[in-house]
Amino acid sequence: MTLTQKLINDGNDTVDEMLAGVMAAHPDHLWRPDHAPRAVIARHGPREGKVALVIGGGSGHEPTFLGFVGKGLADAAAIGNVFASPPPQPVMDAAMAAHGGAGVLFMYGNYAGDVMNFDMAAEMLEMEGIETRTVLTTDDIASAPREARDKRRGVAGNVFIFKAAGAAADLGLPLDEVERIARHANARTYTMGVALSACSLPQTRRPNFDLPAGEMEIGMGIHGEPGIRREALRPADAVTDEIMDAILSEMAAAPGDRVAVLVNSLGSTPLMELYILHARVNARLKAAELEVHRTLVGPYCTSMEMAGASITIMHLDDELQRMIDHPCDCAMFRQG
Amino acid sequence: MAELTPQRLVASFAALAEKMDAERDTLCRLDGVIGDADHGIAMAQGMAAASGAAADLPEGASLQDVFNAAAKAFLNAVGASSGPLYATAFLRAGKAAGPHAAMPLAETPSLIAAMAEGIAARGKAEPGQKTMLDAWAPAAEAARRGDDLVAISAVAHAGAEATAEMIATLGRAARLGERSRGHRDPGAVSAAMIIAVMAESWSRPDGA
Repeated sequence: MTLTQKLINDGNDTVDEMLAGVMAAHPDHLWRPDHAPRAVIARHGPREGKVALVIGGGSGHEPTFLGFVGKGLADAAAIGNVFASPPPQPVMDAAMAAHGGAGVLFMYGNYAGDVMNFDMAAEMLEMEGIETRTVLTTDDIASAPREARDKRRGVAGNVFIFKAAGAAADLGLPLDEVERIARHANARTYTMGVALSACSLPQTRRPNFDLPAGEMEIGMGIHGEPGIRREALRPADAVTDEIMDAILSEMAAAPGDRVAVLVNSLGSTPLMELYILHARVNARLKAAELEVHRTLVGPYCTSMEMAGASITIMHLDDELQRMIDHPCDCAMFRQG
Repeated sequence: MAELTPQRLVASFAALAEKMDAERDTLCRLDGVIGDADHGIAMAQGMAAASGAAADLPEGASLQDVFNAAAKAFLNAVGASSGPLYATAFLRAGKAAGPHAAMPLAETPSLIAAMAEGIAARGKAEPGQKTMLDAWAPAAEAARRGDDLVAISAVAHAGAEATAEMIATLGRAARLGERSRGHRDPGAVSAAMIIAVMAESWSRPDGA
């Protein structure tokens, strides 16, 4: 089988080489402790008396997670290997560097590996006298039925969910409140995606699943986990309608309600196609008499070179709107 | 009397690293069907790090030192779900072996039982959920009833094969439900390989 083409050096070095580039590009936003090369800390985020928001997960989803480290959003991120949870050590390193004596909130997508590693880090931090809480993101509505929300995966909706929690922490709210707002944000965020082609791990350079030409997979996860259904590729509007039907049915919004929208590329799908999807998303929201308060279109949570897109809708209320509107200044995401 | 010594255990980890490296792409392909295709990479990286750390220990290290060094190195190299699971397994095996310079080979099945207990505790899993425990648990059961390493390895292999007929209820493949049936669990397959390497490495009385 032919190997996929990637601009890399040694496939085992991709994460460390990427981090070297990120640190060189964004010295005003990010730094790393000398002893902790896989802990990325916000230059201006952490401060005394503030809850530290620490996010993290596997690499290969950039700008998730490290791109969302900055003032007003996450204080630090622990960086894992490609598609693999970071071990407890960088999670601890990130928390130690970021905490300001008001507790640490861990937020990450709901995956078994991440849960074990972050929980081990939390146990060790507790021995150091640092209080931690954990909020798992579970926005992927295709990954488990509605009644099993806590089994769902966390995907692109992370951007809004982390943003809400980061704003709460930046506003100086106590750990209980930041945790409550994070859970509230997660409960009101809905994502569904579609994959058109596979990605490949840098170490193997082989497609990580087999999707025949002309087909798409609805509901595929951001690591290529199989979705709900595989079928012939349909036009953008039909795909958007299927995703929006699922989201709107679950969201149960009333006319006049406000939403935030994210149309996200899984990697190689270009902005042209994202905006085509967004035109339909916007039309569907208008038809449902929902007010679009904020819109993001672009690559926010990717799966390396996978082709495909996801649509996220956050059902706002006054509190979440305030959090989403709060300014943030990260290496790869800024809001005035 | 044939014994497991720290030197011999270091050699066992080298054999595990070699095996996981050889099977890396096979395990990734298995994982690609029902997961995220990285299991072979994690196991190869983890065992390479474990083997390296074990080999780097100074003269006079105990069996427990070897297992502990392997645990820490595996965890920090990998993360993922296999990191905490195998790190816990090795720590438990180290505790079972104790700070000694030798253990009779006839007692090594107790190490396999200890590893299985660590994996079950860390993963909060039970047999039948289509995870690596479906290879480890029957191996541990065989160890506890006094079977020899060859028999233990055989039931681990059978356990891994049987995961093909299971529906995943834990781990990443659990989201697939019925669609996970028909495919072996990659974590169980690598577990059976690990148990086979250990069985082979601890069976020969000559210590080769």
